Parts: sequence; structure tokens; C-alpha cells
Amino acid sequence: MPNSVEIRGLSRAFDGKTVLHDLDLDIREGEFVALLGHSGCGKSTLLRILAGLDDEIGGEVTVPARRSAAFQSPRLLPWLKVWRNVVLGLPGRPDRALALQALDEVGIADRATVWPKTLSGGQAQRVSLARALVREPELLLLDEPFGALDALTRGRVQQLVAELWRLHGCAILLVTHDVEEALLLADRVLVMDEGRIAHDLTVGLPRPRDLTAPEFVTLRARLLGWLGVTPTHSEADAKTLERTPS
Amino acid sequence: MTTKPLDAAVLPQRAVPAGKPAQDTRVTIRGTAKTTRRPTVPRSVRRAAGPVGLVLLWFLTSATGVLPESVLASPVDVVRQAVDLTRNGELPSAIAASGRRAGIGFLIGATLALALALLAGLFRLGEDVIDSSMGMFRAIPWVGLIPLFIVWFGIEETPKIALVALGVTYPLYFNIYGGIRSTDAQLVEAARMMGLGRLGLIRYVILPSALPGALVGLRYALSTAWLALVFAEQINADAGLGYLMSNAQQYFRTDIIVLCLAVYALLGLACDFAVRILSRRLLTWRANFEGDA
Repeated sequence: MPNSVEIRGLSRAFDGKTVLHDLDLDIREGEFVALLGHSGCGKSTLLRILAGLDDEIGGEVTVPARRSAAFQSPRLLPWLKVWRNVVLGLPGRPDRALALQALDEVGIADRATVWPKTLSGGQAQRVSLARALVREPELLLLDEPFGALDALTRGRVQQLVAELWRLHGCAILLVTHDVEEALLLADRVLVMDEGRIAHDLTVGLPRPRDLTAPEFVTLRARLLGWLGVTPTHSEADAKTLERTPS
Repeated sequence: MTTKPLDAAVLPQRAVPAGKPAQDTRVTIRGTAKTTRRPTVPRSVRRAAGPVGLVLLWFLTSATGVLPESVLASPVDVVRQAVDLTRNGELPSAIAASGRRAGIGFLIGATLALALALLAGLFRLGEDVIDSSMGMFRAIPWVGLIPLFIVWFGIEETPKIALVALGVTYPLYFNIYGGIRSTDAQLVEAARMMGLGRLGLIRYVILPSALPGALVGLRYALSTAWLALVFAEQINADAGLGYLMSNAQQYFRTDIIVLCLAVYALLGLACDFAVRILSRRLLTWRANFEGDA
């Protein structure tokens, strides 16, 4: 498979403080890559650069022209009906049929004509996914899209993302805090530390993955170790990195 | 009820200030659901009660002679004048003349405010040049410019329209500019990511997010327009409500003066009502606090 993303010697500094440090990374076409790391390790900065929202960088980044993103908050325009949000920015007149098709794919076509404020958190996140996928991206950037969802909704939306990825076959870069989420979804899990890719783990497990499989548990322990979390405490402590002292 | 002993057993006792009896730590939340509520007076009736009561008081004090006609004419006389002046066409033509001034002045002021707010809101250069100047000009009381306007524009229609335009420009400018600048940067980012260009961003993100502020500005601007008109029509008017009023003043006709004031007020109210309807239609996407019952 040829590469979808090629990053060579990427660095980014904010007011003299280096956030990304001479970073190299390749993502193959259609590959699902999860990016883990503590808050402030530079993973969101990397994602913004790939999205083209930040170009004050050193080094070289090659990305597909067709790419889109979904963020932690759905960022829907409150003054446009749901379906108009989905096709916002596409060339030509707003294509309602196309919007409905995309909304149907995320299982929320019945909410096409309501205002975004009436959606629940999970529904809004689905619309945000539909908006990203209707552009048929070759690279989909996901910035903690499940972070603000409750546990039950999160599980369902994660499953949805896995299905959509299989269907569309685009490369995905998922930024997350959640080790299990990364292992459930990704082909490859990267751990970022101090502005570099510190670890690169290929997840060879068959899908759908089983959280309780011994291989899964082993990989999780290894990732948590890299992140500086000792999984000897209770499961709840280890699960989310947010709560662990860095 | 098991709460009481449980409270005492589990919760740490809070220190009670000396001399104050220990208070019950529980509160009762009483239901206010519609079914349990006793029937109340409709809101429209409640809202009308104040104004109607005041007019009634005015009528009674006039009828009993407590309020002499030389001070304030009775509401009956005012209504009679309204009918007479409408019949002979004086009032409609006065309203038309005043309305024309307010309308033209408002359009000029609104166009100017929108153009300046867009330039200052969208471009950093525009902000640097325009916003500080607007802040400076706003400090000048615009009514105080009347003598200067007479020197510049004479005593015909131009100074009157200019004064209205000036009064309209400030509230609209500051509210639209503020609205543009309060646009959520995250939405701008997302919209850019979805492929919107500069014009698309302005049309789909920036202007809609400035709309609530702009509508507040519009309400201010319309009330200021009528206010400016009252001042402006004191300048040598030969038509309009102000002309009617200054004529009445010469003959001590308080009924006509009150009538003109009432017409000003009604026109202002009508404009305010129109903007509120407009707001409701344009801002359906927003979740609003409707006020406590």
C-alpha cells in the first residue's frame, strides 16, 4: 500500500516552546492509526497541522487533498438545519439527497430537518461524522470524537466508526486518551511523548476484538507501561489516562 | 421516613452558630406543574393592566378637574383631536412626512453602520482605523451636533435626515461589530475544514452568528431614530409631527401636543414589535430563556 500521509522532520513551536520535535510519520492508505499521549504531548497540534488549520511549521508534510475531520465537540452551525450542516461547504447547491444518504449511514436520517440544538450529544457526534464522511475523504482526522460522550453512547459510536471505516476504506488518524479505544479500533497505535512518536505498536489482533482476550490484555499493559501508567492498580484507575498524574 | 436518623448517624454534624436554633437541613421542592396550579389571569391581561389603569387615572383626574386642561388635556379631547386631524388629513400627512424622514435617515444610517461594522469586524486594518474613531465619535452627544448640522446642511430636510442617520449608526455599528467578533473560533475552524472559502465563511458562519447582536442593535437603532426625529423636527419644520407640535405649542393646545407624543410613542412601539417578530422568526435555532412565570 502506498502512503497516504508522509511527515518528515516536522516541528512546531508556540512562543519558543517546542511542541513537535523533528517528527517523522507515515500512514498507509486505508490504515487506521490511533495516537495516544498525555495532555499537552502535541497530538492535537499534529492533527491540526494535518487538517491544514496550522501551517506555521518546520519540515514537510504530505497529505491527501481530500481529507476531513470530526472534533471532540461536534461543531455544528446552530443556525443551519442538520442536513444543511452535513453538506456545508460542498460545491454547488445544497444536495439534500446526498445529505440524507450520509445521515442514513450514521443511523440518524430521521433528524435531518431539525435544529442542531435539539440533538443529544451522541446524535450531534453522528451528524459530525456524517459531515466528515460525505466528503469521501482519503484521510479522516478524529480528534477525541468520543471524549464527551457517556460510556454507553461511546461504545455505540465507536462501533459505528469501525463500520464506516470498513465501508469507506479511508485512512484514519484517531487522537484519543483511551488505551482500550485505541486497541479496539486501530491497526497501529502510536504513543507520543515530548513532541515525538515514542512508540509504534502494530495491533495484529483479529476483528472484532475482544477486550478480555489475553493478547488484548497484554497489549494494553504494554501501552499503559509506555504511557507511564502501572496497570497494577485497579482497572478503573488504569483505564483513563486523564486521571493519572503525569 | 428514615432520613432523619440516617442524617444524624452518617453526616458530620455542622457547627451551628450559638444563639441560632438548629435548622432543618432538608428543603421541600413544591411542584409547579400546570395541573396542580390554580387558574391565573392570562399574561396578556396582566400586561395590559398597567397602561390601561394609568389612562383611566388620567381620565378620572381630568373629568373631576383635578388635572386642569391648561396643564394636560383630557384623554377624551386627545382622542377627539385625533379623529378631527385624521379627517382633515393633517395627521396622516404629518405622519407621512415624519415617517419619510425617519425611514430615509434609518436606511442611510443602517447602511453606513453595516458597512463600517463589516470592515472593522472582518479586517484587522479596518478595526484599527474604524473602531477607535467610532469610539471617539460616540463620546460626542449627537443631539449637540444640531447647530453644526444647520450650519452645514441648512434648515431644510437634510439636517433632519442626517441627525436620524447619525443616531442610528452608533447602536447598530457597535452591536454588529461586537456580534462579528464574538463568532466562535471553533466553528470558523470547522467550517474552513469543510471547505468554506472566505465569502462562504462570512455568509454561513460570521453573519449568522452576528445576527442576534445585530437585532438587539436594530431595536436600539429604531428607538433612537424616532428620538432623533423629535429633536430634528424642532428645526424649522414645515411639515411633520414636530411641525404640528410646535404650532400647537404656540396656541397652548395641550391636546395636540399629547396626541403627537402619543403618535411618536405608537410608531416607536410598532417598530419595536416588528423587530421582535423578526427576531423570533430569524432566531428559531436558538434556545432562549423565556423568563420565569
